[in-house]
Amino acid sequence: MAFKSEELAKAYWRENIGLVLKLLAVWFIVSFGFGIILVDWLNQITFFGFKLGFWFAQQGSIITFVILIFIYIKRMAALDNKYEVHED
Amino acid sequence: MDIQTLTFIIVGLTFALYIAIAIWSRAGSTNDFYVASGGVHPVMNGMATAADWMSAASFISMAGIIAFAGYDGSVYLMGWTGGYVLLALCLAPYLRKFGKFTVPDFIGDRYYSQTARTIAVICAILISFTYIAGQMRGVGVVFSRFLEVEIATGVFIGAVIVFFYTVLGGMKGITYTQVAQYCVLAFAYLVPAIFISIYMTGHVLPQTGFGATIAEGVAGEGKYLLERLDGLSQELGLAAYTSGVKSKIDVFAITAALMVGTAGLPHVIVRFFTVPKVRDARRSAGWALVFISVVYLTAPSIAAFSKVNLINTVNGPDLTGVEYEQAPSWIKNWEQTGLISWEDKNDDGKMFYSGDERNEMTVDRDIMVLANPEIADLPAWVVALVAAGGVAAALSTSAGLLLVISTSVSHDLLKRTLAPNITDRQELMWARIAAALAIALSTWFGINPPGFVAQVVAFAFGLAAASFFPAIILGIFYKRMNSTGAIAGMVVGVLFTLAYIIYFKFVNPAANNADNWLFGISPEGIGTLGMLINFVVSYVVHKFTGDAPQATQDLVESIRYPKGAGHATSH
Repeated sequence: MAFKSEELAKAYWRENIGLVLKLLAVWFIVSFGFGIILVDWLNQITFFGFKLGFWFAQQGSIITFVILIFIYIKRMAALDNKYEVHED
Repeated sequence: MDIQTLTFIIVGLTFALYIAIAIWSRAGSTNDFYVASGGVHPVMNGMATAADWMSAASFISMAGIIAFAGYDGSVYLMGWTGGYVLLALCLAPYLRKFGKFTVPDFIGDRYYSQTARTIAVICAILISFTYIAGQMRGVGVVFSRFLEVEIATGVFIGAVIVFFYTVLGGMKGITYTQVAQYCVLAFAYLVPAIFISIYMTGHVLPQTGFGATIAEGVAGEGKYLLERLDGLSQELGLAAYTSGVKSKIDVFAITAALMVGTAGLPHVIVRFFTVPKVRDARRSAGWALVFISVVYLTAPSIAAFSKVNLINTVNGPDLTGVEYEQAPSWIKNWEQTGLISWEDKNDDGKMFYSGDERNEMTVDRDIMVLANPEIADLPAWVVALVAAGGVAAALSTSAGLLLVISTSVSHDLLKRTLAPNITDRQELMWARIAAALAIALSTWFGINPPGFVAQVVAFAFGLAAASFFPAIILGIFYKRMNSTGAIAGMVVGVLFTLAYIIYFKFVNPAANNADNWLFGISPEGIGTLGMLINFVVSYVVHKFTGDAPQATQDLVESIRYPKGAGHATSH
């Protein structure tokens, strides 16, 4: 057992799941939300020659995905350190 | 120098480079053959994963499909990148901590069942095979164009080269060659895009260029490019470029199937076993997506530019058609491969492209990326470079997939199940025999393709989504899930998806339209439904058959934090 107690193990897992769910919510909203479900509505807005919904489907969602993963990497490294379960 | 000679030189040079690296780091032991001793840096691993990932489907086929499908093509863009978020957040770190070589190893150990392992092996072979069948077509398109031969001959030549190439080195060779291949393919993808963007809109970045206004001296100058494209599409009887024709539920389902499939693809997952630490597995996924995005953010701009250029060169600036006698050389070059053709329906000697009865051109979507630099009249070396990039993309992925097939057969099926006493040497020999068989079969599919490259590849993702993804996710996040539930889920999910695809693609292709589809979901998107069925079946069966044993639940607990991750082992 790498954790000092059962409670700590549970708390670590809870924080981990919380972070993952938050990031996945953004993942879903940007791609399935803006890029597919709301695309027609967002397409009424144009910026820099792009219809907004179309832009999210072909550019915006991809950029967001990259940012999400790097936030995850950073936050998980902090979490591992906090609970002292990081690798040597 | 003409295009063909230049292509030979550039493809030859890049090829010599890959083979040199493969020989230099030639696989010695079976461990090296499979996972490169677990010692690859995250950035390198990310780059190699990106090359592994971006196949002929991404490089050759995707932008062409987007060019013709417009907004509907977004399913590939979002689907094939969004899956990395799932992979990084829900799979990669835990599978790395688990520390096994292959996905069937994980399934077999987590579900403490030889049956589960064998089913997973069969699914892995099925998925990889479907995927590679799509690749062969892509390889064939490249070779047929630059050798100026029929598409069937091109597929055949490509297959021989891919086989020779994979058998030379294992994973270690492949990891470093794939880094080189990524560099070649990304460079080859970006250079023509930047050239064309500057010419059409004056923007250096193609990503902003395709949303900009058309530059002076180009037809439609001063107008927004996408607006012009929507207008042209309308005039020619095509759907508006930025809105598409697919139903919302189908777009949703295909995107989801591709995303989830990405996270369940055995040849991608195996990548995250090759890094030293759990933390590196997360970082590898992040870097992989960075490198993939370089190409994926460029693809939609290539699509838009090439569509405008295609219409301009075939229909002329005044949209009345261009004399066939004066057709640019790219049309005649591609006619030799049989992938483009012109039929003078109204006998006026002029070509015309449209979405209605006036149309006289048949253009295979898979040629758009390769033909794009020729259509835009770029220098010959750029055309040659794109051919080299296409070869790199197809080779890198085919090699990775062949490796999964050969590993599955020799390691998982023979060594672990049927013939545990075979030597290392025999195992390696069986790996090569399996690769040869897979190549032979996929060559046939390359010559008789059931769809465009990216569509065939989409089926592989659907199968991965419906089989592995639920079993792995439940295996990590639901420690009580037992073997019976997981096996039932995988079997039902994959059979349902496979049957649906086979029915609409081979048994009754005439019925393949939205009226006959289940809930309006096309065969490309059916993996999403297969995945949901898998989850439900697994859960229900589990409820009736009791929890997984305590030892397994403890094992699942232990993969949930990074500390104590050792090297990947095979037993």
